[in-house]
Amino acid sequence: MRAGHDRAAPGVTWAHLGLAWLVRRGLVVAGAVLLWQVIASGADNPFFPPPSRIASAAAQLWLSPLLVTNVLPSLARLLGGWVIAGMAGTVLGIGLGRSRMVADYLEFVLAFLRTLPPPLLVPVFMVLCGIGPTMEVTTITFGAVWPVLLNTMDGAKSVDPVTTDTARVFRVSRTRWVLGVVLPTALPKVFAGLRTSLSIALILMVISELAGSTSGIGFQLAITQGQLDLPAMWSWIILVGLLGSVLNQGLVLAERRVLAWHHERVGAR
Amino acid sequence: MSIVEVTDLGHTYGTGRAAHTALGGLSFTVDPGELVCIVGPSGCGKSTLLRCVAGLLRPSVGSVSYRGETVTAVPADLAVVFQDYGRSLLPWRTVAGNVEFPLRDRGLSAAERAARVAEALSWVGLADAAGRRPWQLSGGMQQRVCIARALAYRPAVMLMDEPFASVDAQTRADLEDLVLKLRAEADMTVLVVTHDIDESVYLADRVVVLSRSPATVVETLKVDLAGPRDQIGTRGSEAFVRLRTEVARLIRR
Repeated sequence: MRAGHDRAAPGVTWAHLGLAWLVRRGLVVAGAVLLWQVIASGADNPFFPPPSRIASAAAQLWLSPLLVTNVLPSLARLLGGWVIAGMAGTVLGIGLGRSRMVADYLEFVLAFLRTLPPPLLVPVFMVLCGIGPTMEVTTITFGAVWPVLLNTMDGAKSVDPVTTDTARVFRVSRTRWVLGVVLPTALPKVFAGLRTSLSIALILMVISELAGSTSGIGFQLAITQGQLDLPAMWSWIILVGLLGSVLNQGLVLAERRVLAWHHERVGAR
Repeated sequence: MSIVEVTDLGHTYGTGRAAHTALGGLSFTVDPGELVCIVGPSGCGKSTLLRCVAGLLRPSVGSVSYRGETVTAVPADLAVVFQDYGRSLLPWRTVAGNVEFPLRDRGLSAAERAARVAEALSWVGLADAAGRRPWQLSGGMQQRVCIARALAYRPAVMLMDEPFASVDAQTRADLEDLVLKLRAEADMTVLVVTHDIDESVYLADRVVVLSRSPATVVETLKVDLAGPRDQIGTRGSEAFVRLRTEVARLIRR
């Protein structure tokens, strides 16, 4: 967007630029799919179907009730876990970022917990919570909370001493200090954390559904693989990819709105 | 009765070998309605002094009293204008939002807050910039926003820590005159910390001259300049030149 803005010549409207951008991106995607088609057709391997066959499987699948009955539960778990992780990470991150002592005590524990690969916890939570949405949401939350927590901590620490003095001088209340100064200061970092944790949440959604579930995209992935219905399996994979990029794009748009001041300020420098 | 009373104030940062004594026991008073400038060589501990007076820093020895009471926290009707306006203003708030921010916890209605913000911004000549962000403004304008924020808070005492050290000379002169004008209109006590000798004499009713670190009070000078201050007339007058020479001599000592 910014690059386009810099190059914008007088008389060239945003609509033009947007269209040109879309066409360019579209061409790249079309090229990649075409390449895939040529290679897969040439290979002629049933385990590696060409995109044309995947597309027809997808058309069939995505119009069937299976889509709703599997995508909705997946989406609910994904967003549920991610939102809980985001809120918990922001709240804890601000608390820990502002209290040096507690952060010092917990430093080792935090460092240990965040280095655990989240998929490792699937069996643990499976035993703890049993098979079902609780296990999936817990797994997603636990894996996705770290980037938000650590980023928010970092952001909350970075409140400028002069800003701190200013708030003290004007006797700003504690709530206003946290919500009106610390949180906005940390917000760019919070969003950076949310982006990372969204992709982790997506991974954990699929893994936890593969491991133990009776619905969901991961579950369908396992089933279609078992049935050797490979085009259908591939269409689920593509669905996961589409879901990920749509959610990510949504988050980017939300960030642009919420942090408009931040981006403009950085751009103005 | 004086409104601010500093008694044998001393402050030492750190302990043992790393200890650094910034203030070496100094005393002075500020009367209500007075404009006092604290002037001293760079790094003599002026900012430490101001932080103690503001209640932001607890001194190691001695005390600061405000309206007769010992300062242990920031007094309610005291405002500070910091040197670093860029770090003092909140970048996510508009100019008006920044001025309004400290009023939020004062139990004022939205209409009262808006009226105070508008008034303060017009005092500093920034009524047109209300909706802009601080970082879209020049340094001098940003410092005006900080001054407006302090004024909207209606303080009895306004402390200014090297308020014009980060702006260009012309802006500096404009801001000095702005402070003189506002101080006359708003019936405030003003305490300005500066390293600039000319500025201290130009602004003050009284100049407190500090020594090199650890700072002590070398001398307190009454500034008797005839008529309203004027950047060209006052600075060229014989009395001004005599006073600035005196201050310079005291600082060198």
